[in-house]
Amino acid sequence: MAASNFTFRVWRGDKSGGNFVEYAVESEEGMVVLDCIHKIQATDAGDLAVRWNCKAGKCGSCSAEINGKPRLMCMTRMSTFEPGATITVTPLKTFPILRDLVTDVSFNYEKAKQVPGFKPGKKEADGTYRMQQEDIDRVQEFHKCIECFLCQTVCHVIRDHEDNKEAFAGPRLFVRYASLEMHPLDTNDRVALLKEKQGLGLCNITKCCTEVCPEHIKITDNAIIPLKERVVSQYYDPVAWLLRKVRGKKTEAAE
Amino acid sequence: MNKSLKVLQPSEMIAGSTNRTDAWWKEPLLVVMVLGGFAIYATWAALQNKHYFVAPYLSPFYSPCLSANCADCTLPLIGKWWNLSPAFLILWVPGGFRATCYYYRKAYYRSFFGSPPGCAVRDVSKSYKGESAFPFILQNIHRYFFWMSLVILAFLWWDALHAFKFEGKFGVGVGSLVLTGNAVLLSLYSLSCHSCRHIAGGGLDVFSKAPARHRMWKTFTKLNENHQLFAWISLFGVALTDVYVRLLSMGVIKDFRII
Repeated sequence: MAASNFTFRVWRGDKSGGNFVEYAVESEEGMVVLDCIHKIQATDAGDLAVRWNCKAGKCGSCSAEINGKPRLMCMTRMSTFEPGATITVTPLKTFPILRDLVTDVSFNYEKAKQVPGFKPGKKEADGTYRMQQEDIDRVQEFHKCIECFLCQTVCHVIRDHEDNKEAFAGPRLFVRYASLEMHPLDTNDRVALLKEKQGLGLCNITKCCTEVCPEHIKITDNAIIPLKERVVSQYYDPVAWLLRKVRGKKTEAAE
Repeated sequence: MNKSLKVLQPSEMIAGSTNRTDAWWKEPLLVVMVLGGFAIYATWAALQNKHYFVAPYLSPFYSPCLSANCADCTLPLIGKWWNLSPAFLILWVPGGFRATCYYYRKAYYRSFFGSPPGCAVRDVSKSYKGESAFPFILQNIHRYFFWMSLVILAFLWWDALHAFKFEGKFGVGVGSLVLTGNAVLLSLYSLSCHSCRHIAGGGLDVFSKAPARHRMWKTFTKLNENHQLFAWISLFGVALTDVYVRLLSMGVIKDFRII
């Protein structure tokens, strides 16, 4: 792609208000949206606030909404836009705005504090823990999460219904819960917590979290639905309940 | 640089319901048309109570035919007192299976309920309780519909086998292949179900202690990756199978005998 001109409509403002400001940017081959934002900072708006770090899609810092879609600015190539296009860049809608493109994402850290941690069972006779590769394969996918919170911002449960924030952990945290619940050595049982306090039932599996995940984690199919099925087994399936009673299986519910 | 003087609230950052510039509305519109069209056709076909059997083919909308009044009774569980269409005796099972299916839930929540209409597009409704309250909390019975659908599926395979029997002798008609194809597609859809995957082994934390279930889980996981595809092609498959049997029965088309 040769150099092309674009118009950037960038949200400027803070929690008290703001507006869109337009900037003309000449983009060169290989540039991404974050490069253009940096160019605006360098030429037109030195005070434009933007959070970024690695520029390689691995730190999860430069999340924003580009033409209405939650994306990483560093992974959105300018070559995907028609030359001459107007590109709208706004901060993540779900979180309180601090300034310009920077939001306060501490909601996610507060929810993370509520996740009961990894609690392994007894060690083996030689004082070690052992697990097989096939036991751990499934949760490896969840460890790819870079905490960009795109899944959190796109989730309509909290994006469009602020009142649900108190009772809903969100897809990123459900991935964390799944990685612990499915871990072969963990002994905590978080199923009751997920149902009663973390709002798993609020999720209606519309898969937007999966669609925006830059790490291509199948959040809905591999984390949320399996957790929902575990809730069903524990609360809505009389046959599973009977089997647990017959086998005398007990789990330790985490608070 | 062009600076606007008007101050907007952060909540006004999104004009209308979304800032998206792509045609996000195409997918929900298509789902409304196809899924809505199927629901209308299936209801109409069930209400007809005729043209659902032409030897040796039985329409999947009427299989298993459980009423003594059936044109081709599979199992006479219900007496002649049943005056309604026999389709209503069984259609609630595959209907319930699809209505509570994790994939279709996504499709119709977006398309029919606008919850949300598209990703990063504002919900239509102002309040939202999702699947934590009535009526959608009932989606949790999906695995029971899965089990019941397996029973229906067994009958559909029985019908497919019978579709190769012409007046007591083996034969192959286009209808034989249509009914077999329908059974294959419905099997792929049923076995790729998320509940099936969970029952096979998804609830286990230590696969190495249950190698058979782990193998099953891996197999169903592979199928599950294509659940959406199977959901749609099996929907078309079952409707087209009914259309084929109906047109044969009405004398509009003739069954071509291959063998």
